[in-house]
Amino acid sequence: MKYFDHAATTPPYEDVIRTVGEVMAQHFGNPSSLHRMGEDSGKLLSKAREVCAHALQVNPGEIVFTSGATESNNLAIRGAMARYRQRGNHIVTTTVEHASVYETCSHLEQQGCEVTYVPVQANGAVRAEDVLAAVTENTVLVSVMHVNNEVGAVQPIAEIGKALKDRHPRVLFHVDGVQGYGKLPLSIRDSRIDLYSLSAHKFRGPKGTGLLYVREGVHLTQLLTGGGQEGGLRSGTENIPYIVGMTKAMRMAAERQPALASHWSKLSRELHEGLAGLPGLVVNSSPDGAPHIVHFSYPGIKAEAMLHMLEEEGFLVSTQSACSSKRSEPSRVLLAMQKGKDCALSGIRISLGEEHTEEDVRQLLGAVKRTMERLQIVKGGNR
Amino acid sequence: MQYDMLLLRFGEITVKGRNRSRFEKAALAHVQDLLQAYPATEIKKEYGRIYVVLNGEPAAPIIEVLKNVFGVTSISPVKVAAAEIDEIITQAVSFVESMNVAKETTFKVNARRVWKKFPVSSQEMNQIISSPILKSCSHLKVDVRHPEIELRIEVREQGAYLFSEVVPAAGGFPRGTNGKAMLLLSGGIDSPVAGWAAMRRGLEIECVHFHSYPYTSKKAEEKVIDLAQVLSGYYGKIKLHLVPFTEIQTTLAGGNHENVMITLMRRAMLRIATNLAERNGALALVTGDSLGQVASQTLASMNVIGKVTSLPMLRPLVTTDKEEIIGLAQQIGTYELSILPYEDCCTLFVPKSPSTNPNLHIIEKIEASLPQLDEQIKEAVSKTETIVIKPGETVIRRSQGEPVAQDKWF
Repeated sequence: MKYFDHAATTPPYEDVIRTVGEVMAQHFGNPSSLHRMGEDSGKLLSKAREVCAHALQVNPGEIVFTSGATESNNLAIRGAMARYRQRGNHIVTTTVEHASVYETCSHLEQQGCEVTYVPVQANGAVRAEDVLAAVTENTVLVSVMHVNNEVGAVQPIAEIGKALKDRHPRVLFHVDGVQGYGKLPLSIRDSRIDLYSLSAHKFRGPKGTGLLYVREGVHLTQLLTGGGQEGGLRSGTENIPYIVGMTKAMRMAAERQPALASHWSKLSRELHEGLAGLPGLVVNSSPDGAPHIVHFSYPGIKAEAMLHMLEEEGFLVSTQSACSSKRSEPSRVLLAMQKGKDCALSGIRISLGEEHTEEDVRQLLGAVKRTMERLQIVKGGNR
Repeated sequence: MQYDMLLLRFGEITVKGRNRSRFEKAALAHVQDLLQAYPATEIKKEYGRIYVVLNGEPAAPIIEVLKNVFGVTSISPVKVAAAEIDEIITQAVSFVESMNVAKETTFKVNARRVWKKFPVSSQEMNQIISSPILKSCSHLKVDVRHPEIELRIEVREQGAYLFSEVVPAAGGFPRGTNGKAMLLLSGGIDSPVAGWAAMRRGLEIECVHFHSYPYTSKKAEEKVIDLAQVLSGYYGKIKLHLVPFTEIQTTLAGGNHENVMITLMRRAMLRIATNLAERNGALALVTGDSLGQVASQTLASMNVIGKVTSLPMLRPLVTTDKEEIIGLAQQIGTYELSILPYEDCCTLFVPKSPSTNPNLHIIEKIEASLPQLDEQIKEAVSKTETIVIKPGETVIRRSQGEPVAQDKWF
């Protein structure tokens, strides 16, 4: 079975698994305890914080460990809106955000916030000037993802950040960096980002752990009340083994990023070319998108049917994003890209990992082709 | 913009007459130490100034580091142009353009011809250089009295220096130029700030910390080591003397004089610190006392406590408000460490109602009734452990075993 669903989750590095096990066995002390064992765990925690900060080129004090990107995104958005209520109640985001941003914004909308969802172009990317134009006197936060999880569109983060801070220095800039980290370089400082979310399992770390970068000087209202861990922003006993595991994965991902990016670019170019040659198939991702995601639709065929047939051929892919693939609704992201309902119901995402070779890609393309032929029979029948 | 040099200015020390070169040398050595992390840089010394030639190194992080050098009052990043008027104009225009200033910003050019053979006079230069700048940045307005931006140009034989930004730096006297003192360093907010303030006046400091194993944890001690490490970032190497204080504390606590316990403790600490100062050639004691803050810092208490030492007691924070001290602690980076909640020997036995007005006569009588005290003080001095703390270097203690964080995990 060939796994082509790395945007959903990645297999943890062997070293990460070993590290998590060792740390879990040797350092189970609560870092808040005053005794020696607690102290040791505390040391690991601060070492992890330093290494993460170094990987992101920020200060250790700016790292808040969380349970993952959903929590990081919620903390960033809800925390900022609650804390800076006196500045206004307007959020600017895009129509293609991950559910943990999108749904959080719509939930806040129900509670009286105003949200502007900036539309994207046909390639899935927003234009920086459209984001900027949506900012009003009342705007507290701009939240834009780095790389789209469904189609791999890359958003102009640096351009938005710089222009935003030049024109509206008080407006906070949040970036959901989940699909971008380890795939594309991004400078948090140069892009003038205030809040940046990451999830460990997207770069071969453990699930259930992540972080939020909170720029020094930015204050958030916490979502969880309790023991005041993580500077009060994230109460709850720290998950030391996973945090250490994430740190290791983060460092490894950062080191390998340049080499992997060029590897993936080559594979995705082949995928793009191969898929474009198949009549009736629509490639939704753009060649200038993130190197590890290729997305296509076979209009007229429900995505799930294609997914299962590819699985039968030995390839695991995804429909929409994994997080929303259990609903058989048209993809919000594809609709936002003006792809039409047919396309939006039949989207398939191929996401690459380190292990893939050109041969794998060729085989996958062959399987897609065969699957399309077999599905010809039912095509159009399930609209 | 990629700057070519940093210009470091000195304040007070320029009035030091014959001693001036000693002060400048100390500051130069400090700058050299800090620039080791940026090997491409070069230092040029000139009368009353130091130039750091960047050779491609980025200006911003180096300014961040160098603005902590005591004796330096301000730093400007400099662009160097050839000493030719056309070249100066081109560079001046791109200098201002790169500043990306908002509309209606006021500015002026302030040119100075240091090299008198340069054919254009200072006055003429201001004119000649401003007009192309105004042409290129049409949204600028000239204001020669109170400009928001002042582009300063100094023409020297070896080149013209262009600069505008003036970043305030630490000021004070270069490190170690005013002798050595012993700082009583607790885990609190005040004493690290007092240490920084003392260093800023050109004092070399050694730190004394009193610990009370096993009542207090290793964490309390590590906190103090970390605090000393922050201070070493402003100075270079710093010595930290760790004094075992448990026995003295136990003796004093056993005497049933709860309300003067703090007074007795402080006197014992000063005796030990004085002893350590004498052994290490320090000529004063520095404390974080701030008048009226706690019972031991009333005038009456300070008086009785200070009687045990013949060394001058320096209290840099004595008239500073708590809020200001906290502000300084945050600025120098000790605050977050200081508020970590571990007990130390000063917080361990806090009496319910400490005396704010201890009587010297009574205190001396109590001490006389504790014959073992002198011996214990001597012993504490002899059992003092001294460690040397260097900026950015992990301190390995005698008692420490395997490091907790294994490299392979990260």
